[in-house]
Amino acid sequence: MSRLQHTFDELKKRGEAALIPFITAGDPNPQMTLALIRTLAAAGADVIELGVPFSDPMADGPTIQAASERALAAGTTLATVLDIVTQARLELQIPLVLMGYYNPVFRYGVKRFAADAATAGVDGLLLVDLPPEEMAEIKPVTDAVGIPLITLLAPTTPPERMRRLAAAAQGYIYYVSMTGVTGTQAVTPAAIRDTVVQLKTMTQVPVAVGFGITTAAAALEVAEFADAVVVGSALVNIIGKYGTDNGMLEKVGSFTKALKQSCRK
Amino acid sequence: MSYDYPDERGHFGQYGGRYVAETLMPALLELEQAYAEARNDPEFQKEIDYYLKNYVGRPSPLYFAERLTAELGGAKVYLKREDLNHTGAHKVNNTVGQILLARRMGKKKVIAETGAGQHGVATATVAALFGMECEVFMGTEDIRRQSLNVFRMKLLGAKVTGVTSGTATLKDAMNDALRHWVTHVRDTFYVIGTVAGPHPYPLMVRDFQAVIGTEAKEQILAAEGRLPDVAVACIGGGSNAIGLFYPFIGDSEVGLLGVEAAGLGIETGKHAASLGAGTPGVLHGNKTSLLQDADGQIQHAHSISAGLDYPGVGPEHAHLQDIERACYVAVTDDEALAAFRKLTEIEGIIPALESAHAIAQVIKMAPSMSPDQIILVCLSGRGDKDINTVAQAMKVEL
Repeated sequence: MSRLQHTFDELKKRGEAALIPFITAGDPNPQMTLALIRTLAAAGADVIELGVPFSDPMADGPTIQAASERALAAGTTLATVLDIVTQARLELQIPLVLMGYYNPVFRYGVKRFAADAATAGVDGLLLVDLPPEEMAEIKPVTDAVGIPLITLLAPTTPPERMRRLAAAAQGYIYYVSMTGVTGTQAVTPAAIRDTVVQLKTMTQVPVAVGFGITTAAAALEVAEFADAVVVGSALVNIIGKYGTDNGMLEKVGSFTKALKQSCRK
Repeated sequence: MSYDYPDERGHFGQYGGRYVAETLMPALLELEQAYAEARNDPEFQKEIDYYLKNYVGRPSPLYFAERLTAELGGAKVYLKREDLNHTGAHKVNNTVGQILLARRMGKKKVIAETGAGQHGVATATVAALFGMECEVFMGTEDIRRQSLNVFRMKLLGAKVTGVTSGTATLKDAMNDALRHWVTHVRDTFYVIGTVAGPHPYPLMVRDFQAVIGTEAKEQILAAEGRLPDVAVACIGGGSNAIGLFYPFIGDSEVGLLGVEAAGLGIETGKHAASLGAGTPGVLHGNKTSLLQDADGQIQHAHSISAGLDYPGVGPEHAHLQDIERACYVAVTDDEALAAFRKLTEIEGIIPALESAHAIAQVIKMAPSMSPDQIILVCLSGRGDKDINTVAQAMKVEL
């Protein structure tokens, strides 16, 4: 059984929602990313999404754009991100999912990427700008190495399309909680509750909700009905504010603990 | 030759496609369907024709550049005068089509990205014509370079939003327009200005711009009784070039030659030759040839012409290059400036700096061709907007 599936199974037994923090790999620098992964895992994160920085992140708001720029300025490449995963795997079993845009993976070479990602210990791949219509060029390759391609669904996804994509989903479904880019509006849990509850009946995989969850209180509300809560920009804001200062890891840790507390309901 | 691209999912060979976030996919599918219906509706075509004739002023003339031809001493040079369109460039052919489609789809707001400001002005113009709300995204670097067009857009009632991210040029304006569209996709129509972006944009913009080549073909046959030996156009995203080329693709005796911006020279790395010096990649919703580094990060483009200052190109051009149906070369800032001055001095036509790249290539190649050969070149826009840039390059203070 995959690390991802094992993690979700255990959480289900305990009646908890998964906490999935997102950080941009290489922000503020690659060494700190490894320290951040340790901190997040110790503070109760269940899965970590590692953003692969890209020069033109068209689905991201200013917070994650800035994080991407910091990571690129620190020399982060896709190869660096795979190195970080390799190092993390020496000491941690927490599932690590790479999230980003297709071009760096395409340029790296899809086959080479899949092989290296599997060797490094990557547990899932979420490519924001690779919709199901274009997935055929990568899916056979990622399937062959057992790395699930995470499906994004949005409030604009029509019901018929949602049913079709949900039925075919791998790993988990990432439900985008608002019509917009990352971190620019706060989620209204009541507005998405019905859709998420319905979505859960259409699929075999857990349903994570993200985009716009910025506080422990919002996480608590979403954890009531979702299988997992993704928090990105709010964490990245802390990293952006404190950078390499002493105390950054501590602040990330205490915020993560509060978020996980919410996921325990 | 048989040429049937894109396929039903928007692919031109290995290029094109729809590489966007899920939030936009339903909007693209809706647009695709709406456009497929409109495309087969004679009423829609009639409406476009009406506005192209009575509002834009089409057909645009095909002008035999007699003095330029004599001076170069080789092939005959014909100019397709898109600079004489309302708003001064070919861009309006496309915005008329897209705004009529937006209206048909019941949308009340339009957004656009712009580099030199020509597409922004063309969008703001038709938005004013049809009483729609319009917001144009423009890099702050381009706002500085093209203040005249910024003021024109504002006079036309558009909101011009400055984009400071990245290089603050066309690429970043397109990122922010896409971000805005993700957030307002339910009531907003995105008017893309070139043959790039996700399917169906490259197809749709090609259809709307193909009027350039369709008219030119008829006009050259009337003037010369035969097709040209080569059709030449400048390439940023490539919309005027596709517009000129597409109706000639099946005519194998007509060479198709696209002219990219070599900026300070390809060898300096400061250029915008995404076909000549690019590699396949994915940006702004389509797979195409891009200026990027070994890690897949998009690189900065450079050109004296804001309209060519883009690190990508329409996917169909990448495909035409792969199948060797079209050729692509590049000319430098200096060569374009010299061509700008030459055409102004001997024909009394001030070309846009973008179009001056095509003229520069003509100046290079015409002398070695024979007098019974014909070059058809798209003069995509007029140069009023570039007067400040040219004065600066000539070290003249206005």
